[in-house]
Amino acid sequence: MLVSEAWLKEFVDYTLPTGELTAKLTMAGLEVDSVEPAAAEFSGVIIGEVLSVEPHPNADKLRLCKVSVGDADALDIVCGASNVRTALRIPVAIVGAVLPGDFKIKPSKLRGEPSNGMLCSKQELGLADSTDGLMELPDDAPVGVDIREYLQLNDTIIEVDLTPNRADCLSIQGVAREIACFSDQPMRLAKAADIDVSIDDQVNVIVEAPGDCPRYLGQVIKGLDRSAPTPIWMQEKLRRCGQRSLGPLVDVTNYVLLELGQPLHAFDLNKIESDIVVRRAKVGEKLALLNEQIIDLDDSLLVIADKAKPLAFAGVMGGEQSAVNDATTDVFLECAFFTPISIAGKSRKFGLHTDSSYRFERGVDPELCYRALRRAIELLTSIAGGQVGPLTDVSSGITLPKNKTVRFRFERIARMLGVQMSEELVETYFASLGMQVEKNVSEWLVTAPSYRFDIGIEADLIEEVARLYGYDKLPQNKLNVSGSLVAVEEATQPLDRIKDLLVDLGYQEAITYSFTDEASLNLLAPNADVYRLKNPISSDLSVMRTTLWAGLLKAMDANIKRHEETVRFFETGLKFSVENGELKQQQVLSMLATGQAQPEQWGESSRGIDYYDIKHDVEAILALNGKASDYQFESAQHDALHPGQTAQLKNKAGELVGYIGLLHPALERDFGVKKPVYLVELIQSYIQSRQLPVFEMVSKYPSVRRDLALIMDEKQYVNEIVSYIYQQHSLVSEVVVFDIYQGKGVESGRKSIALGLILQDKSKTLVEQDVEELLKVLLGDLNNLFNAQLRE
Amino acid sequence: MENSLENIVEKAEEELVNADSLSTVEQIRVSYLGKKGVFTRQMKTLGELPPEEKPKVGATINAAKQKFQGLLEQRKGQLENALLAKRLSEEAIDVTLPGRGQAIGGVHPVTRTMRRIEQIFNRIGFDVAMGPEVEDDFHNFEALNIPSHHPARAMHDTFYFDEHSLLRTHTSPVQIRVMEGQEPPLKVIAPGRVYRCDSDITHTPMFHQVEGFVVDKNINFADLKGVISEFLKAFFEKDVKVRFRPSYFPFTEPSAEVDIECVMCEGEGCRVCGHTGWLEVLGCGMIHPEVFGHVKIDADEYSGFAFGMGVERLTMLRYKINDLRLFFENDIKFLKQFN
Repeated sequence: MLVSEAWLKEFVDYTLPTGELTAKLTMAGLEVDSVEPAAAEFSGVIIGEVLSVEPHPNADKLRLCKVSVGDADALDIVCGASNVRTALRIPVAIVGAVLPGDFKIKPSKLRGEPSNGMLCSKQELGLADSTDGLMELPDDAPVGVDIREYLQLNDTIIEVDLTPNRADCLSIQGVAREIACFSDQPMRLAKAADIDVSIDDQVNVIVEAPGDCPRYLGQVIKGLDRSAPTPIWMQEKLRRCGQRSLGPLVDVTNYVLLELGQPLHAFDLNKIESDIVVRRAKVGEKLALLNEQIIDLDDSLLVIADKAKPLAFAGVMGGEQSAVNDATTDVFLECAFFTPISIAGKSRKFGLHTDSSYRFERGVDPELCYRALRRAIELLTSIAGGQVGPLTDVSSGITLPKNKTVRFRFERIARMLGVQMSEELVETYFASLGMQVEKNVSEWLVTAPSYRFDIGIEADLIEEVARLYGYDKLPQNKLNVSGSLVAVEEATQPLDRIKDLLVDLGYQEAITYSFTDEASLNLLAPNADVYRLKNPISSDLSVMRTTLWAGLLKAMDANIKRHEETVRFFETGLKFSVENGELKQQQVLSMLATGQAQPEQWGESSRGIDYYDIKHDVEAILALNGKASDYQFESAQHDALHPGQTAQLKNKAGELVGYIGLLHPALERDFGVKKPVYLVELIQSYIQSRQLPVFEMVSKYPSVRRDLALIMDEKQYVNEIVSYIYQQHSLVSEVVVFDIYQGKGVESGRKSIALGLILQDKSKTLVEQDVEELLKVLLGDLNNLFNAQLRE
Repeated sequence: MENSLENIVEKAEEELVNADSLSTVEQIRVSYLGKKGVFTRQMKTLGELPPEEKPKVGATINAAKQKFQGLLEQRKGQLENALLAKRLSEEAIDVTLPGRGQAIGGVHPVTRTMRRIEQIFNRIGFDVAMGPEVEDDFHNFEALNIPSHHPARAMHDTFYFDEHSLLRTHTSPVQIRVMEGQEPPLKVIAPGRVYRCDSDITHTPMFHQVEGFVVDKNINFADLKGVISEFLKAFFEKDVKVRFRPSYFPFTEPSAEVDIECVMCEGEGCRVCGHTGWLEVLGCGMIHPEVFGHVKIDADEYSGFAFGMGVERLTMLRYKINDLRLFFENDIKFLKQFN
């Protein structure tokens, strides 16, 4: 909200310099966002009067003017504005003046005619962004006076960012009240104007929804002089608070809204059929608003209607049909109190955001209506005359908010703020806030003024005390840590350890959005139901990810486009799946790797990342948790992965931990992939589950190694054989797969696998005979079970 | 005899000097000291001498033999040294060539900052809690004293799935979930992803927050000020000026916004701090009695404070990153800067 310092000073006579004022406002909870001068820097512009206007002999569009600026000799000034005319009072930049943008006025000749100065438009003075001719000043503007002084341009505009609870500050008066509070200056409240009621015209008002509209005031004004312009001082104040001047009727309602915080609405009296009814809209009713939007009403919305039809969206915006225009001379001026709940969210529903709805949904002082209506009538009749009818006042004693009395325990100040204050000090604070205090033995009863409707509980009062005492002066403690030592869950591998491992293996952590496009998910997980956002920011980010691969593939693509050859990413986070109609949010770890197995380097031949590289990285994660052999990789199928290069990982309990594999070649084009991309997705809880080590005696007897080259079918999974050896022969402490060979010497369709068996007994030294016997049995079994024979 | 021994040693010395390898030296050794060697044969001649001459002649032979052995060892040493020198020279490499092996990756800068925040709070006994990202209206709003028509909802630009389910707009619902399940005393931080329906230069629809709260008997605003000030000093590793000013959050009362002296310009005023010299880094306050009511904690017996901070914002300030959107582009050249 923009406030002008000059306007504030009409309400409170503070002496603080602007810098201190804004610092204090910020520290009082009214955060100052910016401070700007009310007008750009300029000098040498004084009020002048056009004495005569003659045509320019050499230019059709220019005029030769004689302008009085109060001195004896009138100035010759050439002017091109269309509204220049005799007797007009205008700002004149005299020779020596400097206009905004460091534009210096010098004596000159325009098409051969002398010109000693310039007649100015608002734009040229930096008072408007665009302009339609010279700035016209009132006939009583004093010739010879500096325009900055006349318009009080040496003013400052302060932008205050108000929190939703401080609706009482949404006006000049409200901010002034806050300043009065911390600057110890009294508020200057203008005495209520006497309204001269001179006609009997009145509109009957029926409030059918007193719960939504506890108070509705209205008054008729007839015979307004619509030729009267908005006074320049009012235009200027409106401008400084960000409002354009739109004629006296609208300007006056805006002025009162800015000054006091009360929204008002003017109906064209001749366009409404009495009575005025304040009611909920009926389903099916429509209303054409002032902004030409036509909205469909329903019974959650409050309207101002006449007998026949809705006239206005109560508290939000007036209707087109009953709106005032330049020809309106008779008005019905509405000044009501609508409850926050009846307005809240209603304007947003239609994409409307008005100064009126903004205030009503946060709250307006219900007692303000009377003063605001009188102020509006006073201003309007002083500008445009007219006769005023008697006040219509429909107030509901039952639904009007009462000033709340809050129970306050003085000792809670020390307890909540950690500081001892005197009762007197706290009483002074409450008094300066306009609060009534009734001190009882055990507690105080504090009643907030009607405009502090945000005060509802004791904690609110404590905050007010803290605010006035100064947050910066409140004490600061070291937190008294009364902790006890708690068990550290060793069976859970910290996620950070797994992340660090992947980092050491060359992976970069990525963080991608949790929502993605549906098309990508359909490709990667075609059978998964998606959880769809109702109001996505774009269709690319419209469904919750069912796999982290979609985000990682996009991040990879962007990097490859930036000429990264190798991308290794991992990401941890939730994936969202719908199972039996229920949403499941599951923590997963996903990995992606493409490009070269190792960075380009001397002495090593380069090679592309393959399945076994990424499998190693997964095995490394498993190895953190104890026995990697507790996990099984099994050949598997996955919609997104190559059917011949996909494994599912299962834990000891047979639970599916996740998948590892090569992106399906059929999807390569969809994701803009040109090289093999390996993908992993693992359920975090399974890979974080760690076994506590159990000590086992280390054998002190020597071990023996025997190497076997076995020929078997090329489709035979080596792991089956290795597992079998471990299971059947406890003497085998380790099996190393050290070579795989196909080609010359091995018949086609078969492969040679070289295994290194390390044998060790815990209780004796193995002799040749033990080894020979074991190998004999083993080779027999391998032949029978796996059709694997020793290579000749 | 003596002449002949001298000749032998002289000859041997000559042979040794000419020997250019250890194997030649070995051959020489065998030819003099071996079973059929020169000295062995000499010693055999002792038997033919009269007994009284034996000791003298024997000593002379031994002296010659020792001299030979000395010469032999000397030559052997010379050749070994030469060999070692040759090997050392041959084995010299360019020690400045790049090392080989796998490159190292890194965690995301957001993770880096979250770890720092967790470390700092862990030291004074805060536990880490997590919560769901698809939340219900109750935990994200109602229980935090933000009823459906509250104007504060407008500040939240919420992503909805349906009437009741939404993407959490802050990490504060974790506060509710922890308080629902655990009895005070509580000291918890809750890091995680949050979502707001907003996207421009300074907003991304997803970002990260760390929520923290403490509930115990006799927790007051001074404790809050202490913890937050100490945290900010610890995080920025300098004695930053910290400013608390009144603000508003529906779930705390009193509420405060916390500013630090701008770390870019040291409070002089710059573009980053909007020429105010201050940077808003954190929101906090004393937990609102309504919130305690929703989780059935007696607000007369217990009190607490809560705070919430934006992880990206702290990361940007700490590492002087100038564009929020970089965090989610996952450009490896950006990410690597934080390895």
